[in-house]
Parts: sequence; structure tokens; C-alpha cells
Amino acid sequence: MNRWELLKNSYNKLHSYLKRYSIFHVKYVDGSPRETRTQELVRRFRYNKSAVFGLILILVLVFMAVFADFIAPNDPNPSPPELQNSLQPGFWDENGAEGKPLGTDMLGRCVLSRIIYGSRISLSVGFVAVGIATALGVTIGVLAGYFGRWVDSILMRGVDIIFSFPALLLAIVIVATIGQGLDKAMIAIGIVYSPQMARIMRGSVLYIKEMEYIEAQKAIGSNNIRIIFRHVLPNSLSPVIVYGTLLMASAILDAAALGFLGLGAQPPTPEWGAMLSESRFYIVSGAWWAATFPGIAIIFAVLGLNLLGDGLRDILDPRLKS
Amino acid sequence: MIWYISKRLLQLIPVILGVTIIAFSLIHIAPGDPARTMLGQHATEKELNEIREKYGLDEPIYVQYGLWLSDVLRGDFGRSIITREEVLDEISSRFPNTIELTIMSMLFATIVGGLAGIISASKQYSVTDYTVMGVALFGISMPVFWLGIMLMLVFGVILGWLPIGGRIDLFIPYTRVTGFMIIDSIITFNLPAFISSIRHLILPSIALGTIPMAMIARVTRSSMLEVLRQDFIRTERAKGLSERAVIYKHAVRNAMVPVVTVIGLNFGLLLSGAILTETIFSWPGLGRLVVEAVYERDYPLVVGCILIFSIVFVIVNLITDILYTYIDPRIKYE
Repeated sequence: MNRWELLKNSYNKLHSYLKRYSIFHVKYVDGSPRETRTQELVRRFRYNKSAVFGLILILVLVFMAVFADFIAPNDPNPSPPELQNSLQPGFWDENGAEGKPLGTDMLGRCVLSRIIYGSRISLSVGFVAVGIATALGVTIGVLAGYFGRWVDSILMRGVDIIFSFPALLLAIVIVATIGQGLDKAMIAIGIVYSPQMARIMRGSVLYIKEMEYIEAQKAIGSNNIRIIFRHVLPNSLSPVIVYGTLLMASAILDAAALGFLGLGAQPPTPEWGAMLSESRFYIVSGAWWAATFPGIAIIFAVLGLNLLGDGLRDILDPRLKS
Repeated sequence: MIWYISKRLLQLIPVILGVTIIAFSLIHIAPGDPARTMLGQHATEKELNEIREKYGLDEPIYVQYGLWLSDVLRGDFGRSIITREEVLDEISSRFPNTIELTIMSMLFATIVGGLAGIISASKQYSVTDYTVMGVALFGISMPVFWLGIMLMLVFGVILGWLPIGGRIDLFIPYTRVTGFMIIDSIITFNLPAFISSIRHLILPSIALGTIPMAMIARVTRSSMLEVLRQDFIRTERAKGLSERAVIYKHAVRNAMVPVVTVIGLNFGLLLSGAILTETIFSWPGLGRLVVEAVYERDYPLVVGCILIFSIVFVIVNLITDILYTYIDPRIKYE
């Protein structure tokens, strides 16, 4: 290495050090353009190791869901069922099932393939349930926060009432009333989670409502609908994203719980909670794998969303940190 | 203080009324004609009408709600469709078991989680700290039913140390006094029953308590770290107090407020978790009762359980709020 290169290297090192740790925008020194808001967020996200780890977990999950047809080694629901293969161990056992690395369940189905297909269900439950919760919650929250007074009192008392049920119990009760099944479980979870979204949204709207730009909008005669859609909603988006991610983690857990209780996804759907529930009776006879691995899949999905949600909160909305 | 408590109690009335409205409308949205359920498939239209008149089922819905509410207020929740027992009797025979389970899990969660958080905070960035926080992170992401099954697998099936289900061994004689088995076995000097009921309680309590434990550990750690940075802690260290005294006598007390909030908030989670834990461990409690009632479409029982669950839930939340004032007198209620 010649002296010129040495100099260049040490300059680069110093520069990246300054860029990383200085509170001033040293970036401008080398003449590069000022970073945009998005670039700044991406940079802050990249330094948040646990958030990046969470994102990777979620991307793996999405990849599994999208390409399930290609990566799953076997059919998740072979018909007719291969009963002769039931409860065979996987790769850790010399006599393990061929081509079924995580063993088989009591109907001879490949556990790994079912977990891979199950990621589709868990992801869609997460999105749909949180989508319903967001749609309901944001509407309630915006109306309550923006209009205040009696609208606020009535809506928030309703929210309090839903809050006075333990979440899973209310979901069970709604499912008991409207019927069992995955679609109904999603609706139930969406309804149960809407009060949390409503409270967050209301708080956010109450804060934004007092801002000067809203006052300016009122002064130039904008009507309420325009103010809400053009100004209040876009500015309260970040808490919705943060809590939406965190709620998605709980939604996946609760959907699995409903599936476990037999009130959510019905067999033979490869839903993780239902898989666990079907195979739990066989652990007594030593077949632990069919109940263990779906649970680990749930843990990684939920962990990923929790880490990502925490990371997004630190980045998007430092106010919410407490 | 008294004013605050009575005001909060008064505020509970509309909330609980709302809960009863939801519970009542549930019975009406649910498919099925109650008169036909009572009389069976072959009842004639005339018999059905007589039953409807007798039970007020032909009245407008708000009148029916009023009648039902006045029954409920007098403690009459109706009878279970399946067992024909009084709903209140069914609930009160199961209730103590759920209370025992939740209290034990909360004790486990508070003691283990609190200690883990304190140790973690006093040794920030050490291996212990990272281990505790890693375990806690997995703890909050874990489905309670999976943890329950794993505990059963390890301690029940593989090691064979503890029973994997039920409240007490079948062949042990047991006299019911209060319904709380541990208390009953102590006051009747029944040692075998005491040991057996404790042994049956261990795995479900750990399963149910782990998620709250993880949350408590995380909150205790961050709250402790905040307190340990404050000036009065530096003063105490400077005047020569031992590290143990600084942490356990002064820092912990000041770090308690958020911890109590989390414990209170976790009760809802605990009641939800109890439904799952009781199902896994065949625990004869309220959670399993409500799940079974839902399976069998036993609506009077479902409604009774919902009311009890929600009332317990709102009262626990109220107690949490009141406890703040004792822990942190700076919080004043107007």
C-alpha cells in the first residue's frame, strides 16, 4: 500500500467516524447533497440492530408465504392421508421420515410443509385483523378527537366498555356468536383491537388539532372533511404504523390461540395454533415434534413483529418512547 | 381519597351496564330460538307461545333486557342448558381455582420478573443483563399454550416430576370448605391434599406467569435504570452506603410505580391466558368453563362467565389505580 492510499484510507475512516457519531451534519463537508427525511429514517433504522433483525425475520416469513409452493418439500394436505407415515420423527433420528425434515404429524403430513403454508395464514390474519382494527379505530379516534365534546364522550365510553373485557375472552365470545372459522376469527380480533387503535388515534388527533397549521386551515375556510383527510390523517400516520406492527404481533398470537381452542381456523387448514392443538395429545407418547415446531414458528413471527415495531417506534416517534 | 374511590366506583356503573348490554345482545344475536331449545324439536306452536309468554320472550327486546337485568342483579343468572345447574353455582365452584392459579402466577411473575429486572439493571450491559433481556424478549413473544405444552413435555413426560393436568390427585380425600384447595387443605390439616394441590399448581402457574414475568422484568429494568441515574442515588453512594442498600432500599422503592402499572395491566392478559392455560392443563377453572360453554352453545353459562370475568377485570384495574397513590404519594387524585 503506498502512502497515497494510506492517506486516503485514514481520511475515509475519519470521515465515516465523523458521519456516524457527530451531532453535526458532517456529511455536507464532502459536498454530497443534504439527506432527505426518508434517507435519514433509513439510516436511523439501519443502526437499530434489533429492528433490522426483526425486519429480516418478517422478510423470511413473507418469503415463505409467497413462495410456499416452491419451497415446501411436500404437500401440506396430501389426500388420501398417508396414515402409514404418522408421527415419524425428522432429521434428528436415524429412522426419521425421508424428505420430511421436521417429521410428520398424526395424519402423516409433513410438519415443515405445513409450517411453511401456515405462514400464509398467519400473515393474512395479521394484515386483515389489524386492517379491520385500524379502519374502525382510526374512524372512531378521529371523530372523537377532532369533534370532541359529546361525540368524544359517547365514543370513548363505548371504547371503555370493550376495554373492560379481557381481549381473548371477547374474541371467543364474538366467534361464539357469529360462528367459527378463520375469517370470523379475523373479524373478531379486528373488533377487539379497534379500541386500542382508537385511543392512540384520538390522542394523536388531540395533539395535532392544536397545531397552528390546522388553525390556518380553519382561517382560510377549509371544511372539516378536507382538514381531516388532507392534514390530520397524514400527520398522525406514524403512531398508526408503529402500533399496527405491534398489534399484528398480538393478532397472530390471538389467532393462534383461537385456532388452538378450535374456534379459529378449522382442520385441515395448516394454521400454526390449530396444528399445535391437534398434536398436543401425542407428546405423552413421545412425539414432541409435531407440537413443538409450529410454536417456534409462532415465536419467530411474533418476535420479528415486536422487534420491528419497537424499532419503528424509536425511529418514527420518539415521543412515544416512554 | 374516599371521594376518589367512590367516584371511580360510580363511574364503573355505566361501564358494567354496557357490558351487560353486550352480553345480553349476544344471546339474541346467537342463532336458535330459546323457546324451542327448552321444549325440543316436536313442540307445537301453541306450546311454544305459552313458553314465550311465561318467560317474557314475546315482549319487546328492551323489556326483556330489563327483566333479565333485574334477575341478574338478584344473582339469578339462569340455568345451564346442558347440566341444568344454576349458572351461579357452576361459576362459584370453579372461581376459586382460577383465583388460585392467577394469584400464584402473578406471585411468580412479580418475584422472578422483579428480581431479574433489578439484577439486570444493577449490572447493565453485563452477560447477566443480556441473558435476562434475551429471555424476556422471547418470553413476551411466546404463546402461552405452547409454553404450557413444552412444560408438560419436559417436566411431566420426560422427567416425570410433576403431574400434567387436573387440580388434585383423584384418590386423595379432600373436604371442601372455602373452595380454595390450598387453604382448605391447611385448615383441615390434610397434608397429602396440600402437597398434591401445590404440585398440580406449579406447571400451570409457570406457564401462565411467564409472559407477565417477561414484561415485569423489562419494565423493572428500564425503570430502575432511570432511577439509578438520578442525583439522590449519587448522593447515597457518595455518603458511603453499600450498593445493596442503595439498590434495595432506595432505588427499588422509587422504581415501583411503572411496575405496578404493568402488573395491573397484565391482569387482563392473565385472565385471557387463564382460558388457554386451564384448557391445556385440564384445570377446573372459569376459563375452561367458558370454553366448554362456548363449544356446547350454553349461552346462559357463557353470559354468566363473561359478566364475572369483566367485573373482576374492571375491579382489578380500579385497585391498580388506587394502589398508585400508596406507592407514589405525589400522584394526587382530584
